[in-house]
Amino acid sequence: MTSTDTPRSRLTTLEAAWVIARRDFVAVLFSRAFLFFLLGPLFPVLIGGLAGSIGGQVQRNAVSIEIGLAMSAGDNAAMIASADTLRPQLPGVVPELRVIPEAAQAGDFDARAYMDQRRGNYAAILTGTLAAPQLVGTQGQVDRWSGPIELIAATANGASPTRFPTATSEVVATSAASERTNRVRTAQAAQMVLFLLTMLLGGMVLSNLAEEKGNKIIEILAAALPMDAVFMGKLFAMLGVSFVGIAVWGSVGYAFWAIAEDAIVTVTQTNFRELPGPAVGWPMFMALGLIYFTMAYLLLGSLFLTIGAMAASVREVQTMSMPVTMLQLMVFFLSAANIGQTGTPLELASVAFPLSSPFAMLARAALEETLWTHALALLWQGFAVILLIKGGSLLFRKRVMKSGGAGRAKKRWFARRTPAPLEPAE
Amino acid sequence: MAVSDHASSGNRSGGFSAVPADARPLAIEARGLVKSFDGTRAVDGVDISIPQGAIYGILGPNGAGKTTTLRMLLGIIDPDEGVRRVFGHDRPHDIGRLIGYLPEERGLYPAMKCVEAIAFMGALRGLSLKEGRKRAGELLERHGLGHAADRQIRQLSKGMAQTVQLLGTLVHHPRLVVLDEPFSGLDAINQGKLELMIRALADDGVTVIFSTHVIHHAERLCEGVAIIAGGKVPYTGSVEEARDRIPAQVRLETRAREGAWLAALPRETKRNGDFFQFALPETGIEPLLRQLIEGEAGILSLSIERAGLHDAFVAIAGEAAARQLEADSAANFGKARA
Repeated sequence: MTSTDTPRSRLTTLEAAWVIARRDFVAVLFSRAFLFFLLGPLFPVLIGGLAGSIGGQVQRNAVSIEIGLAMSAGDNAAMIASADTLRPQLPGVVPELRVIPEAAQAGDFDARAYMDQRRGNYAAILTGTLAAPQLVGTQGQVDRWSGPIELIAATANGASPTRFPTATSEVVATSAASERTNRVRTAQAAQMVLFLLTMLLGGMVLSNLAEEKGNKIIEILAAALPMDAVFMGKLFAMLGVSFVGIAVWGSVGYAFWAIAEDAIVTVTQTNFRELPGPAVGWPMFMALGLIYFTMAYLLLGSLFLTIGAMAASVREVQTMSMPVTMLQLMVFFLSAANIGQTGTPLELASVAFPLSSPFAMLARAALEETLWTHALALLWQGFAVILLIKGGSLLFRKRVMKSGGAGRAKKRWFARRTPAPLEPAE
Repeated sequence: MAVSDHASSGNRSGGFSAVPADARPLAIEARGLVKSFDGTRAVDGVDISIPQGAIYGILGPNGAGKTTTLRMLLGIIDPDEGVRRVFGHDRPHDIGRLIGYLPEERGLYPAMKCVEAIAFMGALRGLSLKEGRKRAGELLERHGLGHAADRQIRQLSKGMAQTVQLLGTLVHHPRLVVLDEPFSGLDAINQGKLELMIRALADDGVTVIFSTHVIHHAERLCEGVAIIAGGKVPYTGSVEEARDRIPAQVRLETRAREGAWLAALPRETKRNGDFFQFALPETGIEPLLRQLIEGEAGILSLSIERAGLHDAFVAIAGEAAARQLEADSAANFGKARA
């Protein structure tokens, strides 16, 4: 037999992946879906803001931290004056005190009955005298306000100073404890951003494969190219799209910051310029953040592609993606729970488990200066990506590409047919 | 199962090859292909040998295992058992540029323009996008779709979209073209065009393999066929050889209704109205004719018809498979009319 092989009779895996990636990238970038994808992060921010605002308003209306005063007129006035004196020293601790009009008018005011009848809007009612104050309220409110009320009564009774010495202060930039705390906060924030980005973008890979199944193009791709090249192309196309998305969001965010820095600081109560620096320094941290995002995305994306490969329909894809989303949440919680516990068995487990590894390692970058561990982790994560892609393409070939089936079922132990060997190609 | 013999009288009815079948190298060679899905054997020991430059049909009813066989031959799925070789290669993806494949379930990206869709399919087989676009334009022009080059696939009729996909299958000038149920859903005019296209490919030396459940397509086009039913291949070989498996049928009309000459007719003769129908005796027609004339049967008409592929299919695959094949064919005809 004459072999018809030529030096260029097939595409290399990378060339094949490039063909798929190029098509997918352009198709997604110029689709309406991409516009919605770009707008995607706005919705949670808007909804979160609205929910927070409404919730805060409702809470302000519903929750009272006023303590009703039902003491003698003199004691009431002394208590109010004393509270006003203490409040600047103990912000957020001293409650508002208000005289209950009914108590001031009636000589036989019954605080318990008043509370039972659910009248007024007081957290608790204070009766008795300055020497023996009595707080009437639910157990929770009594526990909460007993201490401050005793302090106010004692001050009103002259048992504590009415003037306080002014302490001078000297501010230091940081301390070991505060630096550690701040870096933990940086690690938490970075993990959260990484998680949100991967969750948002991982779904796009899934919908892309579902679309491919719907369009019945997948068989043309599978016939022309090795499936692992198809999977790789799809993954990298979506990664490219996600970089575009991040670049757009980053630019918009920066522009917004440049225009309204003061407003952002006021609203968020956070000066982002003074964010605590990570252990490896900001430039390295940003670079590692980008690399770990890439790895987290490739890991999650290849997992989603594997799911897509196993599913026979779009509905099945959606059903099967739910447990993976839950798993993703669990690995995020695993790595989030172990921030700052470097070297503990659980933290090492989250570093070793491929899906949680990027999150755990990013946290390490915020907390530890060591860099070689990152090289090791990236190698491991890359290996896991290749394994997932290979596994996914194998499952696809085994489980998806089947049709017909009029043949009869046979048991595995049935005599195996031994094919006649082919003559070697000439 | 015996390996097919390409030395038989294997010329197809159109686009004849000047090269004797047995002298040609094989485009595809497979032995003992087995594939099971969830414990069910979809394909159960398929042996096929297809010479280069042939038009070859995989003939069988729906669910017989045609698509699974093609997918195994192309490396889309791997067989559980058996071996396959395409142009001498065990891994068909290694020679992806030499192969064009049109799957049964047609699929194109709906938002893509025709010219881009064809170029993309070429790119999958290693053609540069620039060259692919150039060839796509020429192909569309040649097949009367030049006006639709910049139209999106979703704006095309079903027949036009199918043509675009077929052009995409051919844009990289493959040496082996595999078409899974290519006539399915096409009206008579487009079926005719497709037949012409297949013949033209074979004239250029391209090996064309197609699956079908419509016998007359295979009969008109194919040099060789594999008859597949229930996952097994009871016959592979030339169409002529398949037809030769059944003796020619004699159809006789006589003036006389009764007479001693009746005894001369073969035992299995069937009476169909005024006609007698029986297989051509091994001794030929002459001895029988002599007895009919001497017995004064009064011959009004006599015809000897060679068995068609349909008769061969019934004889090889069985009545049940043939009935299913006819039902599939009728359904396909209804779909095309719709």
